Amino acid sequence: MLAKIHVTLKKGVLDSQGKAVHHALNDLGYSEVKDVHLGKYMEIALSGISEQEAQTRVTEMCEKLLANTVIESYRFTLEPAE
Amino acid sequence: MKCGIVVFPGSNCDHDCYHILKHVLQLDTQWIWHKDETLDTFDFIVLPGGFSYGDYLRPGAIARFSPIMKSVIDYANQGGRLLGICNGFQILVESGLLPGVLMDNAGQKFICKNLTLRVDNNQTPFTSQCRPGEVLKIPINHGQGRYYADDETLKRLVDNDQIVFRYCDAEGNTPETANPNGSLDHIAGIANQAKNVMGMMPHPERCADPLWPEVDGQTIFNSLIQSSLTPS
Repeated sequence: MLAKIHVTLKKGVLDSQGKAVHHALNDLGYSEVKDVHLGKYMEIALSGISEQEAQTRVTEMCEKLLANTVIESYRFTLEPAE
Repeated sequence: MKCGIVVFPGSNCDHDCYHILKHVLQLDTQWIWHKDETLDTFDFIVLPGGFSYGDYLRPGAIARFSPIMKSVIDYANQGGRLLGICNGFQILVESGLLPGVLMDNAGQKFICKNLTLRVDNNQTPFTSQCRPGEVLKIPINHGQGRYYADDETLKRLVDNDQIVFRYCDAEGNTPETANPNGSLDHIAGIANQAKNVMGMMPHPERCADPLWPEVDGQTIFNSLIQSSLTPS
């Protein structure tokens, strides 16, 4: 099984990297760009557990280590291993 | 008096701290290896600056789960004096010993420079030798030092006098230009509610050897020594 995890900054937390990329895109002429948010994408390969267990365990991983929930939120999907 | 310095893979200010504590201040100073699980008895412990575990994921996020950290957290929860400098501060917020988080500098740049900070609480074991409002000249050296916390946490920090240092100008004022990294409320260092744990982004160990003309950093270590001599 493969957990695909996105970690992004919560709304209202200044995303200084997103802001810099936003400016750069505008400078390149992409005036339609109104907002940019940068985050992290992680893939975690899992074995030997059911999807239900994986749901619980990956949530735990996110809470404990992968995201700092003071400023970040996370979401993930579980997919069969390729 | 015995003090300890925790060494993580990627710590790079550990030797500077060791030099100040051992050779300049003549203390019994010991290394604490990150893989150890038990702690000796110490009067105070320093989590030094650097890039523990390459700052992977988030600064301090992985170091916080080093084998030694369980004992360090227990030590702090029992009232042990614990100073986190720069990456050490980042480890303290990740471990939950201090509230909030340290984010990318507002200007997206790594900043290494001398600057001034104001002592906003001199009733802590880390600042007892400072005058109230004293302005200290201590360098910063970080890419992720923008302190952030939600409004409720900030209010608690203010109400409990937990904000120990604020970035300021040479006169001790706090105009926006005296905030190097966009830290909330100019925060450069905070303590826990009991004031036995403090984290600060500036590096006192880099200005504490009399061979260098600036020694303001000594005040922090001298405060720690004084408070260790006085039974609490």
